[in-house]
Amino acid sequence: MTMSTTSDDGEGKTAKRQSIDFKTLGPAIALLILCIIGFLLNPAFISEGNLTNLLTRSAFIGIIAVGATFVITAGGIDLSVGSMAAAIAGVMIIVMNNAVETLGTGVPTVLLGCGIAVLLGIGAGWINGALTTKGKIEAFIVTLGTMGIYRSLVTYFADGGTLSLNFDIRGTYRPVYYDSFLGLPFPVWVFIGVAICGWLLLNRTAFGRYCTAIGSNEAVAKYSAINVDRVKTLTYIIQGLCVSFATIIYVPRLGSASASTGVLWELEAIAAVIIGGTVLKGGYGRIGGTILGALILTTIGNILNFTDMISNYLNGTMQGLIIIVAVLLQRSDWKLGKN
Amino acid sequence: MLLKKALGVMAVTSALVFAGSAVADEKIKIGVSYPTPTHAWAAGMNWHAEQAEKRLEKLYPDVDLILVNSPDPGAQASALEDLVSVHQIDALVVLPFESEPLTDPVLNVKKSGAWITVVDRGLSQPGIEDLYVAGNNPELGRVSAQYMKGRLKDGDNIVVLRGIPTVIDNERFDAFMAEIEGSGINVLDHKHANWNRDDGFEVMQDFLSRFPDIDAVWAQDDDIAIGVVAALKQAGRDGNGMFVVGGAGMKEIIKGIMDGDELIPVDVLYPPAMIATAMDATVNAFKSNGPVAGRYILGATLITRENAESYYFPDSPF
Repeated sequence: MTMSTTSDDGEGKTAKRQSIDFKTLGPAIALLILCIIGFLLNPAFISEGNLTNLLTRSAFIGIIAVGATFVITAGGIDLSVGSMAAAIAGVMIIVMNNAVETLGTGVPTVLLGCGIAVLLGIGAGWINGALTTKGKIEAFIVTLGTMGIYRSLVTYFADGGTLSLNFDIRGTYRPVYYDSFLGLPFPVWVFIGVAICGWLLLNRTAFGRYCTAIGSNEAVAKYSAINVDRVKTLTYIIQGLCVSFATIIYVPRLGSASASTGVLWELEAIAAVIIGGTVLKGGYGRIGGTILGALILTTIGNILNFTDMISNYLNGTMQGLIIIVAVLLQRSDWKLGKN
Repeated sequence: MLLKKALGVMAVTSALVFAGSAVADEKIKIGVSYPTPTHAWAAGMNWHAEQAEKRLEKLYPDVDLILVNSPDPGAQASALEDLVSVHQIDALVVLPFESEPLTDPVLNVKKSGAWITVVDRGLSQPGIEDLYVAGNNPELGRVSAQYMKGRLKDGDNIVVLRGIPTVIDNERFDAFMAEIEGSGINVLDHKHANWNRDDGFEVMQDFLSRFPDIDAVWAQDDDIAIGVVAALKQAGRDGNGMFVVGGAGMKEIIKGIMDGDELIPVDVLYPPAMIATAMDATVNAFKSNGPVAGRYILGATLITRENAESYYFPDSPF
């Protein structure tokens, strides 16, 4: 979470540097304020246990949001990620349970499950991408459709109930969520890894610049000899891959998947991306901001659980207010008199 | 003989329609309408309805049960129309999607002369149904609180995880708090975990960070309880007599109780099998010489190691 604050503001904006500092720092300031509020409400907020919980919890939405940053930067949208995560989790559990007889309950079975998850993620992302580009359907409609399909598939697989991972495999797989390396739980390491790769891909490669170009103006990008369809499809594949990584670290947590798995994750991921400073209509993306956005969203929920000052029924109001304020902080013109 | 008697009763109330269907074939047709299962509890209900159908049709060859599930209130209203016009049902067992939009459609079935049994969710107009079968939400809260009072002493601390903010949740919670009041047990805080494992896990993690001393947890629901147990184990706070009370009667939880699980030692019943109770009672309305009409409110039975086996259905999805 430290790597992300200042390093990645868009290039080519140096002329406006003095005035955009606040904009790039907006999400970081919002997060800092939230943490101070959390600490004032209850000093246990900064206990090691709570901070670890918070980071680990952010990993799901954070990893998915890194993928969403690419899709949104390139001018697309993916509403299917929550359902996709549920469907992948469901298939993973079924495959692993069925592999017990041939592969046993050890590491090979878990690796098989993870492999299947990655393949499904790539496949599902490709379907979204191909339907958007080759099928020439708006991304909103394509992914609204696949959202419904994946959600009902997991309901069908689970026979309306809950799919549960074989108890012995759970023992093998459990450390992936619960164990730590150098004081940080594994999901946080995966989150960091995905974030670094995402940052490099968006800011240091031709592919990243193509995404930005397509999001800014698709027609111009096309005339500039960018293979628009291929790049756009790739953004959905990256999104699918991120969903499969998130699912791989989600499944060992409770070892189950049902129709209520991953509900509204798509909206949380999109909110994280936008809070982080990426523009919803495309053309400008910030991975670092996205990560802060994911942390902010998780922290809000965490703080609300740490106080009984606010009625439970108003949780949604608080979340909505903080999201709007966080975005307001970085969007509005804060140049104070210069304008 | 009994059949004739039932036919006679029905004929008084709805001579026209009934005569039509009874002459066409001699079977008693009972429509059973409920929402398409989208969560585990409803899937359990679906399973129990199918079990009851097989059992009752075998027991009474002249009874024909027609099971229909619908994905939304509109579809359920259409399904009710079809049950009347196509199947010409003699009785309807209905678990309404929502009370408001289905009150009129059920009233129309009633006007056709059919017997009406309403399950779990009441209609918004009183007096339509002949029989009402439901679980008991306030009782679920009260029974849970009574168990807590039996296990805990003055000054012990508990936390409460609630469901989705609804009337059902409020009834359970208010009754629980009323029963706990005056016992000296402190309810540290209560938060909504939306009858969901993931939310149960996260809310409990936060409770554990926030309160260093928790003696027991009321999770209200078995899915929440599973998340709570995962959080307790992660924090290593699952010992020292800590226990969790859920609710509903999920098969995995019942199995754990049978095996003597100390973390979830009991469960409070809010059974999806109530649809089967309703189907049985409706068939009895035609077959029994005893009166059936009225209200049938199930108890919120406390499931313990001693009685768990009779509530365990390993083949049900719930």
